[in-house]
Amino acid sequence: MVGNNWQPTTDNSLLQARARLLQQIREFFYQRQVLEVDTPLLASAIGTAPALDPVRALLKNDAGHEQEHFLQTSPEFPMKRLLAAGSGPIYQLGKAFRNGEAGRKHNPEFTMLEWYRPGFSMEQLISEVDELFATTLDLPSAQRISYGELFMTFLDIDPFTITLPALHEVAKLKLDVEIETASIDLWLDLLFSHCIEPELREPVCIYNYPATQAALAALDQDEQGRTVARRFEFVAGGLELANGYYELTDSREQRRRFQADQAERQQAGLPTYDVDEYLLAALDHGMPNCAGVAVGVDRLLMLQTGKNDIRDVISFPVDRV
Amino acid sequence: MATYSTNEFKSGLKVLLDGDPCSILENEFVKPGKGQAFNRVKFRNLLNGRVWERTFKSGESLEGADVLETDMEYLYNDGEFWHFMKTDGSYEQVAADKNAVADALDWLKEQDVYLVTVWNEAPISVTPPNFVELEVVETDPGLKGDTAQGGTKPATLTTGAVVKVPLFVEIGEVLKIDTRTGEYQNRVKK
Repeated sequence: MVGNNWQPTTDNSLLQARARLLQQIREFFYQRQVLEVDTPLLASAIGTAPALDPVRALLKNDAGHEQEHFLQTSPEFPMKRLLAAGSGPIYQLGKAFRNGEAGRKHNPEFTMLEWYRPGFSMEQLISEVDELFATTLDLPSAQRISYGELFMTFLDIDPFTITLPALHEVAKLKLDVEIETASIDLWLDLLFSHCIEPELREPVCIYNYPATQAALAALDQDEQGRTVARRFEFVAGGLELANGYYELTDSREQRRRFQADQAERQQAGLPTYDVDEYLLAALDHGMPNCAGVAVGVDRLLMLQTGKNDIRDVISFPVDRV
Repeated sequence: MATYSTNEFKSGLKVLLDGDPCSILENEFVKPGKGQAFNRVKFRNLLNGRVWERTFKSGESLEGADVLETDMEYLYNDGEFWHFMKTDGSYEQVAADKNAVADALDWLKEQDVYLVTVWNEAPISVTPPNFVELEVVETDPGLKGDTAQGGTKPATLTTGAVVKVPLFVEIGEVLKIDTRTGEYQNRVKK
């Protein structure tokens, strides 16, 4: 029964707020001479991160046979190919797809802003994210706090040295969970998402993640000499708004991480995907040192309009498409 | 019984958790962008009423609980069990123990209809309608004409429940009570 579900879940003021925000974002990058690009939603190879499940798309080839493709989970790979080909600073505003992600803060199809800054350090890009949020959302500058300090502040644990049993115990004390896992990162994700993120109301920028949560970020040493990922996230209003990296440019290390992801996927019984040889070839050719970040535009709208559910800022959420 | 995966968890779904039948109240999908997806689920234990949250890895599943909620007419109490009869014309009866009727005990009136929750064919809880009408069996004498003044006094109803009522209420009068708050609403004309 369709009933009234043909109607959008947003009212006109939300449509206007979205249009205004998109326009402000474009204006922000126009002023800074960052080029808007428009890379494909279709991909023949996809990010291998075990936590991401892509939407599959069947595409006919010249012989008329259907070949498995994907809808991109982020425009990262084609944008990096543009960077390697000499595009200079670029941004993209468009859709990304993540299968099975639906809830108060998630819709499987969502609007993503992603941009890359050749020659920028992670700190420079963090400042630019701050400026974007100040311009568009009137947010105060984010408090910088390292991943290690954050866990110390909220849970009194050192995420870089804590053992699995100790972490398990902390989680059990805080939450009712019956999860069997040997993954430290799973417990850290659990504690972060349940005990820390909801408490972060004022803008915070978290940086220097454990190397095991690097994704596509370069590794570095922090002040204590620990190996950390040059990755950062912005959180405000209990919402994860942005995730950025000082980008990994080493194609061999990138291939190694893809393979590690594949192994993890196999172990977890998840489907494995071919690695993106286009990306690896582009990195082989040489991608400029750069920092890049992705921002969830729907969540910016939630924060701006005080909505508690992503359904209230998307005209037709996944159950109405 | 079917099993349900976290993405099928909906408000109202009845599942077995640690052997107890539970009703799902809320299901929140929680996922760090680069990390593991979880479902943070709020349950009510249907045996003891406890409400709490448990977190699952997304994709885990739970066994469904054979729980039915049925309208039934309250018949009588035999000293140990409270007997209810289905209102669907089947005349089928169930006997509820004290635990099951605990929340409804103050508001049980013969021939009224209650929502009886049955698990594996045994009643585990009885929910009264939002409003019941019960007669006053004991209260201090009413103050005639005092219908506007504030102030309350206790009144005992036929079920033994004691509610706060306005000063003008008298023995023998029938009162409408909100069972969710236990508050007096108004007098009912007989």
